[in-house]
Amino acid sequence: MEFTTVDNLAEHRAAARQWVERHVRTEWAWEQYTSGTHHTPELHTQLAKDGILGAGWPVEYGGSTTDPGFARAVLDAISDMGLYADGWATTNMVIRTIRQVGTENQKESIIADALRGEVLIALGYSEPDSGSDVAAAKTRAVRDGDEWVITGQKMFTSTAQSCSHVFVLARTNLDVPKHKGLTMFLVPTDADGFELQPIYTLGGQRTNATFYADVRISDAMRIGAVDEGWRVMRVALVYERGGGRGSKGPTLAERVAVWAMSTDRSDGGTYYDDPRTKERLARIAIDDEVARLFAMRVRWMNDIGELPGVEGSMAKLFFSEADQRHYSELVDMLGSAGVLQPGVAAAPLEGELEHYFRSTVVGTIYGGASEIQREIIAEGRLGLPRNRPKE
Amino acid sequence: MDLSYSDEQQDLRESLASFFSKESTVERVRAAEPSGFDAELWSGISAMGLPTMGVPEDLGGGGASPLDLVLTAEEFGKWIPPAPLIESMVANNLLARLATSESSDLAKQLLARSVAGEALFSLAIRPLVEGMARLVPGGAVADAVLACDANEVIVFRSAAGPRSPLEVPANLGTAPLADRGAGVDERDVVATGPEAVAAYEIARHEWQLLMAGAMVGLAQTALEKGAEYVQQRRAFGVLIAWFQTVQHRLADGVTSIEGARLLTYEAGWAAEQGLTNAGALAEMAFLFSTEAAFRVAADSLHLHGGYGYTLEYDIQLYFRRAKAWPLANGDPRDGYQSLAARLFEHEER
Repeated sequence: MEFTTVDNLAEHRAAARQWVERHVRTEWAWEQYTSGTHHTPELHTQLAKDGILGAGWPVEYGGSTTDPGFARAVLDAISDMGLYADGWATTNMVIRTIRQVGTENQKESIIADALRGEVLIALGYSEPDSGSDVAAAKTRAVRDGDEWVITGQKMFTSTAQSCSHVFVLARTNLDVPKHKGLTMFLVPTDADGFELQPIYTLGGQRTNATFYADVRISDAMRIGAVDEGWRVMRVALVYERGGGRGSKGPTLAERVAVWAMSTDRSDGGTYYDDPRTKERLARIAIDDEVARLFAMRVRWMNDIGELPGVEGSMAKLFFSEADQRHYSELVDMLGSAGVLQPGVAAAPLEGELEHYFRSTVVGTIYGGASEIQREIIAEGRLGLPRNRPKE
Repeated sequence: MDLSYSDEQQDLRESLASFFSKESTVERVRAAEPSGFDAELWSGISAMGLPTMGVPEDLGGGGASPLDLVLTAEEFGKWIPPAPLIESMVANNLLARLATSESSDLAKQLLARSVAGEALFSLAIRPLVEGMARLVPGGAVADAVLACDANEVIVFRSAAGPRSPLEVPANLGTAPLADRGAGVDERDVVATGPEAVAAYEIARHEWQLLMAGAMVGLAQTALEKGAEYVQQRRAFGVLIAWFQTVQHRLADGVTSIEGARLLTYEAGWAAEQGLTNAGALAEMAFLFSTEAAFRVAADSLHLHGGYGYTLEYDIQLYFRRAKAWPLANGDPRDGYQSLAARLFEHEER
């Protein structure tokens, strides 16, 4: 047993920082915050141009010779600047899935276009009536010769406003149990009958409802076999878990502690002088370490070829619940100034805590709500009876 | 990272589980109340060399690493044996440290008795009050108690040599607590100076680390008792295990136990490696595990319904100890203050 953590990317960090200094403009983070679009086209183009998107991919699918370690370090450095690259995150998930289950033609065209930065893909799983129960999707796809006709509505199709395609989960068979009648498609966002309406969220991110009114697409845009969509989507979900949180800078607790020690409160002392602040920060530091260990355990299991099912659920449940608790506590600590938002000069810590208080709300809901994770844990770890009705 | 147990660690866990499952049955645990000490069990523990397993081999001990001690504490917690094993392991390790680094003859003499299985030692976790160590865990049955007084590490022991156990005040954890020191014992200096005090501080963190391990084990058993009960008890025509509110509570419990276990193992590994943040991790593991264990034990008791608060059911044994044992370290909220100082104020770690 050992707990060493090595930064595999240490040798690339300096070069990655240089890349970011040369190409990333500081105002982009603010633009993303005010627009709610967690994608910056200019940045994406540059990432493609320098082979960062294509790093590690085979040349026949449009891969580059850029060092994959350098590429990951650049993406970490971008995230450290407070910039999102959500469009690439979802696109990457989908093209990795295509690599597993797609046709050779799809690999050579779609993957290559994505690595060139010309194809950007949003996820179309959730619907107005189905979220965590994603297999209950009602959007229909009906075959018509070499084409499919797609009809329905998707919710939370985030970043679709910037994307060329949506990866749509659709029902192709009504006569079988719900998990067995699904198929995945790549729907171009410029297709006739495709429409999108913005949805603005508590954390500031803009997401979308997307509508599909008899959208006709070629069978070449079907990803994986007909009625195998559930399996295809599960491949994609495995890739969703891999997401990291940037490189190892100071922790949240450390950053807030530094701020609290150097910031006077109206009662004369600093925020840090208050024992309640110390307890809050100590609790956050402990939870963060536990969350880090849960995430490390998932990676370790992947590395040794075990499937982290229950362990993935525990990592997600603990992290997302702790995250919400932490920002709620930290906003409390700020008292009346806790409500001030980014952009307000008087906002403590540039409004970061208020912003994350709103944006972490999503964590216990998306990617399987906490209740789903608890069911998986109760059944998988304790052998308690499965509550969800069998199909 | 590698979370697998080595073959030796696996053997250790299995042999401890086999020993405690025979020698620390619930009947024995109950029979030892209220004093919380079973002399026959202690002889068995002693014969296995557990109290000195962390002492270096050249001093007659088992040479086990801090991580092995954590695994031992975890098994201990699962079976809540009525014996102050954790305190005695920590006290013996402190004696070994003082015997080596301070060349303390008294430490060597005391340790030799412990290695020979002739004496039981404990440690005062809290600062002395008017020359007394208050409510020392294992204090009622310890032949000697180590403590820190200003810049001295001292030992309290009876002038009359080994003697019968002191009277145990009725207490929540039914542990053999007692005040030791002025008026009860003779006081001798084991070692003096900053190095000696630093060795005592390491011992305090080792106690926190092993208590974290014990709490992980205790919580695991408490959770299993709850999970077992809900799969037997019916209400409204179904097993109560079907209710989501029951399942989710247990899922939160097992998640916090596994988090506590990971953190405690990491702290044990850091101590084994001599890392600078080992003390901070021990404190973190202690705070997280004790809170998790109490929550789990309380939830598990609650899921037993009315039976949970009868003395006949075993869950109350775990509930009481989950709260009582860690309190030897004082108010946990003070622990968060001291952890913050350690993490953010860059004091000596």
